[in-house]
Amino acid sequence: MSAAVDLPVRRRTFGRWFADTGWRHLVGLVMVAFSLLPIVFVFSSSLNPQGTLTGSNALFSKIGIDSYVRILTDPKVPFPMWFANTLIIAGITAIATVFLGALAAYAFSRMRFTGRRFGLITIVVVQMFPQLLAVVAIFLLLSTIGDWFPALGLNTRLGLILVYLGGALGVNTYLMYGFFNTVPQSIDEAARIDGAGHARVFFTIILRLVAPILAVVALLSFIATVNEFVIASVVLIDTEQQTLAVGLTKLVSNPRYADWSAFSAGAVMSALPVVALFLFLQKYIVGGLTAGAVK
Amino acid sequence: MTDTQTADPASDARRTRRRRQAEQLAERASGGVRALVLKLLLLGIVDAIAVYAVLVLIGFEQWVVIGVIAVVTAIVNWVYFSRRALPAKYLTPGVVFLVLFQVFVLVYTGYVAFTNYGTGHNGSKEQAVASLMASALERVPDSPTYPVTVVQQGDELGLLVTTPEGDALVGTSERPLEPVDAEFDGDRAVSAPGWTSLQFAEVLQRQSEVSELAVPYSDDPNDGAIRTPDGSNGYRYTSSLEYDEAAGTLTDTESGKVYRDTGVGAFTADDGTQLLPGWQITVGFDNFVRAVTDQRLAGPLVYVTLWTFAFALISVASTFFLGLFLAIAFNNARMRGRQVYRVLMILPYAIPSFLSALVWAGMMNQSFGFLNEVIFGGASIPWLTDPVMAKISILIVNLWLGFPYMFLVCTGALQSIPDELQEAATMDGARPWAVFRLIKLPLLLVSVAPLLIASFAFNFNNFNVVYMLTDGGPRDSAAPIPVGYTDILISMVYKVAFTGQTRDYGLASAYSIIIFIVVAVISIIAFRRTKSLEELNG
Repeated sequence: MSAAVDLPVRRRTFGRWFADTGWRHLVGLVMVAFSLLPIVFVFSSSLNPQGTLTGSNALFSKIGIDSYVRILTDPKVPFPMWFANTLIIAGITAIATVFLGALAAYAFSRMRFTGRRFGLITIVVVQMFPQLLAVVAIFLLLSTIGDWFPALGLNTRLGLILVYLGGALGVNTYLMYGFFNTVPQSIDEAARIDGAGHARVFFTIILRLVAPILAVVALLSFIATVNEFVIASVVLIDTEQQTLAVGLTKLVSNPRYADWSAFSAGAVMSALPVVALFLFLQKYIVGGLTAGAVK
Repeated sequence: MTDTQTADPASDARRTRRRRQAEQLAERASGGVRALVLKLLLLGIVDAIAVYAVLVLIGFEQWVVIGVIAVVTAIVNWVYFSRRALPAKYLTPGVVFLVLFQVFVLVYTGYVAFTNYGTGHNGSKEQAVASLMASALERVPDSPTYPVTVVQQGDELGLLVTTPEGDALVGTSERPLEPVDAEFDGDRAVSAPGWTSLQFAEVLQRQSEVSELAVPYSDDPNDGAIRTPDGSNGYRYTSSLEYDEAAGTLTDTESGKVYRDTGVGAFTADDGTQLLPGWQITVGFDNFVRAVTDQRLAGPLVYVTLWTFAFALISVASTFFLGLFLAIAFNNARMRGRQVYRVLMILPYAIPSFLSALVWAGMMNQSFGFLNEVIFGGASIPWLTDPVMAKISILIVNLWLGFPYMFLVCTGALQSIPDELQEAATMDGARPWAVFRLIKLPLLLVSVAPLLIASFAFNFNNFNVVYMLTDGGPRDSAAPIPVGYTDILISMVYKVAFTGQTRDYGLASAYSIIIFIVVAVISIIAFRRTKSLEELNG
């Protein structure tokens, strides 16, 4: 992989520069080009007023916001609904996941009880079997529940959120457990001596001290939910109920005939908030990923 | 609340008891009125929902489910009112969801794998009989004309029927006709209490629903049904099938053919023809046997399994080595602009992967895609349509999606290796390559090994990249299930269960069980090797 061999050494100074850091820039440029290729392409085609895939190949040849207007207003493609659904579903799932996970992590980190070790092992083991493996059973379960309680059954966002919360006590709890352990116990002991109960210690002291990990877990859960296709596509049937992952995938299921520019505009709008959040919290996420072995 | 290690168990027990008393005193002293009100309010909501659920379920006669709800609600109330179960107060909310939507559904998948659940085998035997009889309805040649009024209750359509004798009957497709006190307009019943009569315009609007409506004449399916082609005159229809409940047979009154319940989940004639829909039964290991021994299913299962392993292994290896190489290349303090490269290179990881895969799918389109048209100057490379090329394309796209993660992880791991080690080795005369291979790489592998295993497990079920990029294709036309040459196990499960003409939940669940087993074996080996569970003892 070393590019240093291939290039002729014209001057001694250049050669030394190249052997030291120059080849690193060459590698960097190649990798940046590889990384940005689809991003530049999708951004360019989102600005292309025409619709087709072929028309998008000449990068930045035409610039306009027609396709953004098209995807936002097309009555057959309820993109704003998809966007709202995704924000609602992923947002509620993220907040509830953080809350449920933090409760459990507090118990595991601060209390000693029978079944604690078993509980922790269960969490590690269960995360090995992601929910999408049971997609058939989830579909059948929701369809049965829907016969009794239509508000929670198939084709409801609430039902999907509840399903996602089944995965709340998983890798996230483990991540938080590790972080909770780094908060010294003497802090809660001091508070208890001052007369604070366990609930007050948890809500007013611990939760504030572990805020960074809560943000990371919320974001990881948010991104995972935005990306989730299998269960969402099975549970949400009506176009109006669907998420971005399901809707946009169906939109370009045949890229040849699809309105590629409109899809690109939708993709750019969908990716922007996630990318912004990711870059904003990058430092914490990297720490969290390394600690918790996500992805 | 830390454990204190003492040699004397008796004094330890006494101390525990006293500590608990002290804690209870502290709890009581610290609990504010507002917290108590909030707790009562939340528990009240939970209990109200539970009572509502039980009332609804009584209507459906679901006694087992009612029992489960009652027990769970009782436990929840006990947990939050008791002073003892402190950890449970924090664990219960998450555990309830975990048990229902993760543990239960996994177990239920196991059950479905042993049934014939799927298209044509969806419901109970009674539902199958009703549906078969309804589909064979034919108008009785000398049927009298029944004046009808289309009525509605909730969003359920029904018919208000006047018999030739002048009695009024009402019913829906679910509920057979029963007498009702109706108001008459001439010899036609026009409205009944509890039912809304549809106006003529509304009937026209819902013409197709109205004409499909068949209201059973009585509890006995052999009595047939009333249907109305025009919304005002009804006729008697009877089924050409005759159901004999005692013998459990369906007889075709025209051909005289007798269909029996032979234990295969559908009415079957002596010559083997089946009437579908059938009903759901357990079939033992049939799905597994079929998956392995049916020639047309065994072939796809083998190549899909091999490709799943190859895909996961190559993905982990390629992303790891590229990430490691980049981490080494950019782990140089003298290099300028590292931050810029870093941010630009982790962009692929920040973008939702389903979007990236869809964009790549567009770029890899054979006739119109950016790669063929622009980068390869009008070449016609079958990126996604050739069995071998499609696999390579998936690996390329997955490399694009995954290398930033490995780059971040390896950078972190490299930076955590103390510089003294390198300095000491260099002093001893080790060349840079030897320093890397003999010192840095082993240390790095120790810290990233668990992440590599996790990455393998993730890619083993990496549905999005396969489904969005190739949809598993190109399709294997020889297989009876919708499977293609780039399908991995999980995408095959999805396609067998939810796409195509027939949905086969039983077979799909059997495939899921195969994934369970593979994942379980891998995790056991992984845990043995990394001993990652040992640290949980603390």
